[in-house]
Amino acid sequence: MSPANTDKPSMIKKAAAAKGMPMQNLEVDDHQVTVGQSFSDNAKMTMRNINVFYGDNQAIHDVSIDIAKNQVIAMIGPSGCGKSTFLRTLNRMNDTVEGCRVEGDIRMDGENLYAPKLDVVELRARVGMVFQKPNPFPKSIYDNVAYGAKIHGLADTRVDLDEIVENSLRKASLWKEVKERLHQPGTGLSGGQQQRLCIARAIAVSPEVILMDEPCSALDPIATARIEELIKELSENFTIAIVTHSMQQAARVSHRTAYFHLGKLIEVNPTEQVFTMPQHRLTEAYITGRFG
Amino acid sequence: MSKSVDNLAKIKHSLTRRNRAEARFRWYGRIAIFIGLSAVAVLFVDIISKGHGAFQATYINLDVSYNQDVIGIDNLMDSTQLVAGDWQALSKTALRTKFPQVSGRSDKRELNNLLSSGAGFDLKDRLMANPLLLNETESIWILADDDIDTYYKSWLDGDAYAARLSEKQIGWIDELHQQGLIRLQLNTNLFTRGDSREPEQAGILGAVMGSILTLVLTLLLSFPIGVSAAIYLEEFAPKNKWTDFIEVNINNLAAVPSIIFGLLGLAIFINFFHVPRSVPIVGGLVLTLMTLPTIIITSRAAIKSVPPSIREAALGMGASKYQMVLHHVLPLALPGMLTGAIIGMAQALGETAPLLMIGMVAFIVDIPGSFTDPATVLPVQIFLWADSPERAFIEKTSAAIMVLLTFLIIMNTSAVWLRKRLERHW
Repeated sequence: MSPANTDKPSMIKKAAAAKGMPMQNLEVDDHQVTVGQSFSDNAKMTMRNINVFYGDNQAIHDVSIDIAKNQVIAMIGPSGCGKSTFLRTLNRMNDTVEGCRVEGDIRMDGENLYAPKLDVVELRARVGMVFQKPNPFPKSIYDNVAYGAKIHGLADTRVDLDEIVENSLRKASLWKEVKERLHQPGTGLSGGQQQRLCIARAIAVSPEVILMDEPCSALDPIATARIEELIKELSENFTIAIVTHSMQQAARVSHRTAYFHLGKLIEVNPTEQVFTMPQHRLTEAYITGRFG
Repeated sequence: MSKSVDNLAKIKHSLTRRNRAEARFRWYGRIAIFIGLSAVAVLFVDIISKGHGAFQATYINLDVSYNQDVIGIDNLMDSTQLVAGDWQALSKTALRTKFPQVSGRSDKRELNNLLSSGAGFDLKDRLMANPLLLNETESIWILADDDIDTYYKSWLDGDAYAARLSEKQIGWIDELHQQGLIRLQLNTNLFTRGDSREPEQAGILGAVMGSILTLVLTLLLSFPIGVSAAIYLEEFAPKNKWTDFIEVNINNLAAVPSIIFGLLGLAIFINFFHVPRSVPIVGGLVLTLMTLPTIIITSRAAIKSVPPSIREAALGMGASKYQMVLHHVLPLALPGMLTGAIIGMAQALGETAPLLMIGMVAFIVDIPGSFTDPATVLPVQIFLWADSPERAFIEKTSAAIMVLLTFLIIMNTSAVWLRKRLERHW
């Protein structure tokens, strides 16, 4: 996705220079404190002083933020700013990365997600994930959606399972398009349909939180619009954290927006405020297109 | 302006050079393929031209009378009588009836040498199958001796090889030929009998059965072990010095000369664990050691080729690592694993050296029926026949090579077919 080891500050400076912008200081000082409203009274997940390391490289520096219940929080920032890494700490997908180490306190409903006795299998059933590239299993549409319910033993009978599949596909507004071909391979769908299938698969196990890692970056504008519509609908019932490269998308779907820069959380505010009256000069520089 | 024209000329100039380099490279490739294919063609033409004769054998038609006094028995149910019976007398008498003018001991011996030394026992088997033939006479095609067979085939081809026959024998064959009483027939013995010192009675069924038993055991042991090792190393093992060390050593094992595996098998399985010698069990164990690295390496490559997005999707759904592997990685990696296993098996089928070390080179006449019967395998049988002095074994050797190559081609084709079929199948 993004080159991990390039010299980012100089890259950003060059980008700014290339755009004919006046050079300005885009470095983050070491004592950067997040500005805005990081915390929420109605928090579903709370993160305090998170540091993430890949071997000796620190990818996330001392991030503290709350994710509010039944809200959409968007994470934006230039490539390599750590927003995806941050998202993946929330369902411990970083565990699968060799040499990745997470420090700090992450809780969901007060429960420590990094407690030694916590089972990641249970966690991932409660915190679902949609990935950047649509990645349906090479199985039928039905089996894709039914998979989570099957492995977690959510359906006692075939009828229950059928119901879960239908409901999930309806919620993902895919039912009408696929109800005639539930037993054809999910990989035969178009990119946008595949991504909605992945969303249906994620919501089939009724998670409490859904993480989305740039879910529309591989899709055309029409498919993107449908997914955004879907995210808005889902936010009524689910807590959603979405990483996006598109500021317009963040503006359209999210309630709150968090701006990351070089592994640091710069600003968190209601979306409207971030895009109209950013508090921090870096946020302003980014949303006005001076770099990124 | 002039600079861009200049550049264009340069590009055009370099273009012809590049095109010529590419054309040259294509021709190198075509020549390489041509050399490879012609080597295979020469091999096949040579083997088939030498070996096709073995699929036919020379038979002589004689009137055999199953006279109980000639054999020296009076009851077909009495097994001691059957063992003591002079069965060779049946074929000898039949020959003498055909050529009554022959007299004198040495002439008679030469006459008897027209037929295979096993002819009497073939007649015994025939009589046991049809007891009503006792004291009857029938006209029957009897297997000729290998020297006769060699002479008759070469004589038919117009280049008679008579070094091992006497004038009289050649005369008798001429006489039989004029009367239409000697002919070539499909050599069923080749496919229904085990090894023999007499070329005309030797068959490859024993070696084929030995190969099948050995390979079944090899597959049963090496596929599960190899696949489990590959899955553990790829999916579960931490990446550290130890796994690096193991990986290097698996690659080393794949490069160890096979005869060393034979010595290992001799030292460990036979000397230490006292597994009997020459049996398919010990052959299967040794070939398992030999094919394991191949299967582990190909299985790991197959597992690696499963896209990481599928793993992420499964883990993100809350599948445990075991479920991820079992439900998603294994089905996608299976075609590659099976291909690797079949290629490993094909290797094992052609392996000779390690089996020499563990006694599967013994001369075994009986056809093995179980994993604990002494056996030999096809490539070792080829080695044994190639080593035999009788001229008739030359064509047998080539025929056995043809059978071995047929098995190899079938296995490799099925590997390709299986991969294509399973890849499309979800």
